Amino acid sequence: MRFAVVSFPGSNCDDDCVRVATEVLGETAWKVRHDERDLRRPDVVLLPGGFSYGDYLRCGAIASLSPVMEAVAAFARAGGPVLGICNGFQVLTESHLLPGALLRNAGLKFICEDAHVRVDGRPTPFTAGVQGVLRLPIAHNEGRYHADADTLARLEGEGRVVFRYCGPDGTVSDAFNPNGASANIAGICNEGGNVVGMMPHPERNAEPLLGNGQGRALFDAALRLVGGAR
Amino acid sequence: MKGRVTVRLKPDVLDVEGKAVSGALARLGFDDAHGVRVGKVFEVELGDVDPAVARERLEAMARKLLANPVMETFSVEVE
Repeated sequence: MRFAVVSFPGSNCDDDCVRVATEVLGETAWKVRHDERDLRRPDVVLLPGGFSYGDYLRCGAIASLSPVMEAVAAFARAGGPVLGICNGFQVLTESHLLPGALLRNAGLKFICEDAHVRVDGRPTPFTAGVQGVLRLPIAHNEGRYHADADTLARLEGEGRVVFRYCGPDGTVSDAFNPNGASANIAGICNEGGNVVGMMPHPERNAEPLLGNGQGRALFDAALRLVGGAR
Repeated sequence: MKGRVTVRLKPDVLDVEGKAVSGALARLGFDDAHGVRVGKVFEVELGDVDPAVARERLEAMARKLLANPVMETFSVEVE
């Protein structure tokens, strides 16, 4: 399977994504620069974490206007699987490929810790066949998912909330909401289900050496779905 | 022609930065400062254009980039 990993100035998880695709999964991956317009025929596009353009203006706002995002939007419109992780999620909301916005954490602190998330909602290329609770690292300052009441109701009604912060046993409550996100939302998908954005970092826990390896499940799901069709 | 775009968080969006500033003001003795909201101001040089055109340009800039309508509102002034 072929992974394109987008690199913006200030991305810092692009190498981690390439490593998971190549070293952990044994697949093919390459980086695509922010100023390129050709993704080079990938099966999956990954938008990595980091601080694109120094988080100037709003996180992801400047990156959303870079040339490569036109190619990513076209890929997404054609049904291609896109996963935005952390800053990648922020870029997807600023690009209007996903609804809502990510605001400053309620506690005003940069949070760098492990969080539990429950896989919820409809199946997506990255969550099909993935069930239960995953422990994944979070590392963000602007992770508080926000959308208006109508958008939230639509997301819930259409099963588009695909990750929710929870306790180790899957309990969803304020006590397990690290950043004040609406409805404990850690990740959502678009109407077609092919574009997924999430604040936690599956690529930082995709092998046991870096935790428990549970993040690998998302990449395996994509392999089963996209890889199986090839 | 000089323009100014002021971007504010919508009233229903929790402004944690504003809350922190309120708290800090209170510690300085300004405990009458409630409900501080933090926004952004963009000053833009537009050259020699008609004020109505300048206003239109600034509004377009705000809609397309300077403000995110999901969480923010904006106002425009020209001078």
